[in-house]
Amino acid sequence: MIDYFKNVWTWFYTILVGMKITLRHLFAKKVTIQYPNERYPIPPIARNRLQLDPDRCNGCLQCSRICPVQCITVETMKVVPDDPEQPKMFDGTPRKIWVPRYDIDFAKCCFCGLCTTVCPTEAIKHTTDFEYSSYTREGLIYHFSAMSPEKVEEKKKMLAEWTAKQKAAKAQQEKQAQASNEVN
Amino acid sequence: METFNVFEKLLGQNILSALISVLLPLVFLIIYALIAILGELKISAWIQERLGPMRTGPYGILQPLAEVIKLIQKEDIVPAGANRLLFNLAPYVIFAGSFAGFAVIPFTAAFVPAEINIGLFYVFAVGAFAVIGIVMGGWASNNKYSLLGAMRSASQMISYEIPGALVILSAAVLANSLDMQKITALQDGGFWNWFLFGGPGGWSKIWILPFTLLLSLIYMITSLAETNRTPFDIPEGESELVAGYHTEYSGMKFAMFFFAEYSNMFIVAAILTVVFLGGWTSPFGSFMSGYWWGIFWFILKAMFIVFIQIWLRWTLPRVRVDQLMYLGWKILLPFALVCFVVISLYRIIY
Amino acid sequence: MTTTKFVDIDFSRIESDRMRLNVGPQHPSTHGVLRLEVELDGEVVTNVIPHIGYLHRCFEKIAENMNYQQVIPYVDRMDYISSMNNELPYVMAVEKLMGIKVPEKVEYIRVIMAELNRIANHQIAVATFGLDAGAFTPFLYLFRDREYILWIFEKATGGRLLFNYFWVGGLANDVYPTFKEDVLNIVKQVRKTNKEIEELLIYNKIFIDRTANVGVLPADVAINYGCSGPVLRGSGVPFDLRKAEPYSIYDRFDFEIPVGKGEVGTVGDCWDRNIVRMREMEQSCRIIEQAIAQMPDSGDVQSAIPKKVRPPKGEVYFRCENPKGELGFYVISDGKDKPYRVKGRAPSFVNLSVLPEISRGYLFADLIVILGSIDIVLGEVDR
Repeated sequence: MIDYFKNVWTWFYTILVGMKITLRHLFAKKVTIQYPNERYPIPPIARNRLQLDPDRCNGCLQCSRICPVQCITVETMKVVPDDPEQPKMFDGTPRKIWVPRYDIDFAKCCFCGLCTTVCPTEAIKHTTDFEYSSYTREGLIYHFSAMSPEKVEEKKKMLAEWTAKQKAAKAQQEKQAQASNEVN
Repeated sequence: METFNVFEKLLGQNILSALISVLLPLVFLIIYALIAILGELKISAWIQERLGPMRTGPYGILQPLAEVIKLIQKEDIVPAGANRLLFNLAPYVIFAGSFAGFAVIPFTAAFVPAEINIGLFYVFAVGAFAVIGIVMGGWASNNKYSLLGAMRSASQMISYEIPGALVILSAAVLANSLDMQKITALQDGGFWNWFLFGGPGGWSKIWILPFTLLLSLIYMITSLAETNRTPFDIPEGESELVAGYHTEYSGMKFAMFFFAEYSNMFIVAAILTVVFLGGWTSPFGSFMSGYWWGIFWFILKAMFIVFIQIWLRWTLPRVRVDQLMYLGWKILLPFALVCFVVISLYRIIY
Repeated sequence: MTTTKFVDIDFSRIESDRMRLNVGPQHPSTHGVLRLEVELDGEVVTNVIPHIGYLHRCFEKIAENMNYQQVIPYVDRMDYISSMNNELPYVMAVEKLMGIKVPEKVEYIRVIMAELNRIANHQIAVATFGLDAGAFTPFLYLFRDREYILWIFEKATGGRLLFNYFWVGGLANDVYPTFKEDVLNIVKQVRKTNKEIEELLIYNKIFIDRTANVGVLPADVAINYGCSGPVLRGSGVPFDLRKAEPYSIYDRFDFEIPVGKGEVGTVGDCWDRNIVRMREMEQSCRIIEQAIAQMPDSGDVQSAIPKKVRPPKGEVYFRCENPKGELGFYVISDGKDKPYRVKGRAPSFVNLSVLPEISRGYLFADLIVILGSIDIVLGEVDR
């Protein structure tokens, strides 16, 4: 019997205690951040969308190799030594490799940050931009290469010519060597 | 204060005055429901240290309107295998049941839609109507969750009618009447005349004061159970039964359930106000009292009760179905019975 | 109020139609994509069959095709609520295989991060447990505090949930300068909120009635099923890997193992499992305070990181006390830069297996509460 009344009392009492707490919170300062208008400061270290600096990228392919989800697709191409443009890297050293294609699929990216740590030239970096939603999956594939398709075509042709020339030269050399061998 | 129906007095007893008497509460109900929904959104948000809706209109005050518009636009889905007739009928039955209660709610001394001398009894009778709609909707949905919710709701509402009825009975004994206008008029003359504090009378009422306080508390609890609100929202207990009896409803039919819930909240609040808080009478005697002030006091008191209902909802966890029965039959009923006996004795002696 | 036990009903005598209810995979309180096949007799649960696999992501197979660093982001995604605690055993397993001794400062930062994440995890566990019982408001108070912890994580590691912060031999980066003050502030805030939650939820009579004497898991059953973490400790078994076989630097700290004592019901009921989590938060606060006080200010966190993670041939099992229980990684190396096999012993998976055993004979509403008290994360159950 005493237990019964004690139970009823604890029911009543604990409910009152709870109501007191919620009443206190009713008038407390609110913590909502009204997102598009207000934001909390995103620390610069935050890992959000990746950004590539094409000037810095030397096409070493380390990022695409370390990526656990294979979201980085890189195509590279040799720079012809007698290229009239004489392309330079960000620090003035001559560029050895063209990067005609550097695509990141952010639908796949898991934002682990491994690509940024392996990059030798700090070309790829996380930004604090997280608002890049898209209506299509294609819209989430970002093309970072600085080369226009025409330029890519031009450089490809240049490379093909150069390799053909090299090959011809090599073949000639070999022929010459053979010939000289035969003579000997 | 003399009680009468102002429209009948002005226009005579004809179809026009009857129509106004019916439509006025409906208009009030719609406006009230919008305000109560906003109140629920805002109070829950503030209790949880959020801001709540802020985008629709200044401080989000148009949010309930936006929700109604959204619900009207929604597709009306009838699940395959559902009993079409009952499924479509259920929300209207529930709404009709709760709206019928407004017929005897005395908003002020000068206006009550239907002045009948068994008002309290009538409210209780039509209040039980809602359970038919709930069982109808739950069964016709052809969904196990809905069925479970409906079964729970039926048992819960029937159990809680009884302590609630005992409370009303005690009040009727004390007031010697079932007429809501008469009960209200009795409590005129200041808050110490409210039945919450033992009703009008001399110092002898000190003997029943704890019991009337207890009775109002019991009625508060039973009213929560009857309107299916936390901590007694087990028929629609979200974490278990998804949404209980209205799981399968969408669009305007869901809105009807929603409206019915809020209108039920107001009805139980109104009964509590009339029976224990003096209805439309001013708490300060003749100060701020009159026909117009009556509306103000009545709605203020009822809204305060609604606020407490909302406040409790966002404070407490949900009870379990067997504990609900335990509370109803083994705690509330004996306490209500004791109060009833004491008040009856008091009535005989004084 | 006494709680009626429904276990004693003799079902063979009262024969009635059983109802099969499909709970999930889309249901408000299955904590993810768990499907429960429930057999109900009226409202009484007669049998529960959990169906898992809706979130299976082939973690173990993927790990065979990744090199050791690349596995870490995948490990994060197992128990995505407490990623730090997932990384710790994996990283330490590989370190053990390679015989790396990490610098002092790294150890301290790892412990602080792991304990902060333990607090964040328990906050979610208690919050969702309250939600299962129908209390919505404590949920938001706890999530508010968790947000502050996540901000610290974001400032220190760059990620909010999935960090990739612990590396083999060190850390991804050093913590920021005001890290210590921020952590101490959080500890203060956590204590304040926990006190409030205890008043608002834990000692509320309705909540006690809902959870006490419900889902009683006796200690021997818990041990037989291989339960660990708060589920085991809630049954009164003081087994905590941080004390039982101290890894990292846990032997330097002074803390207790909270166990369920059956304060309001039987030992091993849902309330006990929950209160163990509440008290573990307090113990984690204590560990964090001690670690902050002892932590060296200077030191290179990357000095021990090997140039190439290529462990020698061999195999290793390393286990840590995850917030949910014992998380172990069994790593086999064949001397290449990719693991031959990585097996994760997931505590959620093991703890979930006890659900049918402890929920038979209770009401349907209790089943939800019992499931909430086990605190599973489906990412870890299915992997």
